Amino acid sequence: MAMELFDIIFYVFAVVAVVSAGIVVFSRNVLYAAFSLVFTLFSVAAFYALLQADFLAVTQVLIYVGGILVLMLFGLMLTTNVVSVDIKSGSMHVWVALVIAAMVFGSLAGIFYSTWSQTPVVPLEATSTTSTIGSMLMTTYLLPFEVASVVLLVALIGAVMIARRHRKA
Amino acid sequence: MEFLRAVWQGIMTWLPHVQLAHFLIVSAVLFAFGLYAIVTRRNAILLLMGIELVLNAANINLVAFARYGSLNLDGQVAAIFVIILAASEAAVALAIVLNIYHRFQTINVDEVSSLKE
Repeated sequence: MAMELFDIIFYVFAVVAVVSAGIVVFSRNVLYAAFSLVFTLFSVAAFYALLQADFLAVTQVLIYVGGILVLMLFGLMLTTNVVSVDIKSGSMHVWVALVIAAMVFGSLAGIFYSTWSQTPVVPLEATSTTSTIGSMLMTTYLLPFEVASVVLLVALIGAVMIARRHRKA
Repeated sequence: MEFLRAVWQGIMTWLPHVQLAHFLIVSAVLFAFGLYAIVTRRNAILLLMGIELVLNAANINLVAFARYGSLNLDGQVAAIFVIILAASEAAVALAIVLNIYHRFQTINVDEVSSLKE
């Protein structure tokens, strides 16, 4: 079967995701690692869009790229001396980690490969997800939704309390 | 050599048409990278980035099964909850990292080993 536009877009974003994730993991410069995480998260959002999860794609861009990543960059710049030469970040247990990560990837890929002939090929019918997700959050998932909002509130208050405690002492 | 040729032919017949397994393989790569970062990184914030990679890999799986499997929109709702928990985790963890930095003047996790000054 010839390559369609869907496949080409998928491969472009797959290469971007894997290469930028590799920079996140292997780069010795902390700022390069942080900025290439942007590309990884964007390509994950592109995967969501390819999988017809439009609401999740927008959420990914808003929360991860707009929120979590900016938070991490702030944390990095507040705690690491960026202007000095000593911006490098070392790594430890490299060989052990390589073996563990390769084993985990191998077993995951093996599972995917062995069940590949049984996985469904034809995707489901594409529908608009946002309104359905909204009504699911208000009916089936009402309790997890409320618990998640309480968790967010607790995390917010806890983060503020933890971050300002040292000033009192 | 025969084995390599068979693998190459398998890849070439499998490659063009993207389906569920392709998304799963990419997410497995991201998961392995995240695991590697969690084990090797000394800087606590880079370690957090590894955790985010792992969570994103899990999310790709959830959404892919929501599209191709029988998980339907339940998978996407689960992915939304994962994103919510990742956001709160990042906020609390960065507050802890800031505190550690003010106390120890470093955020290298292998140097921060004492519970009490």
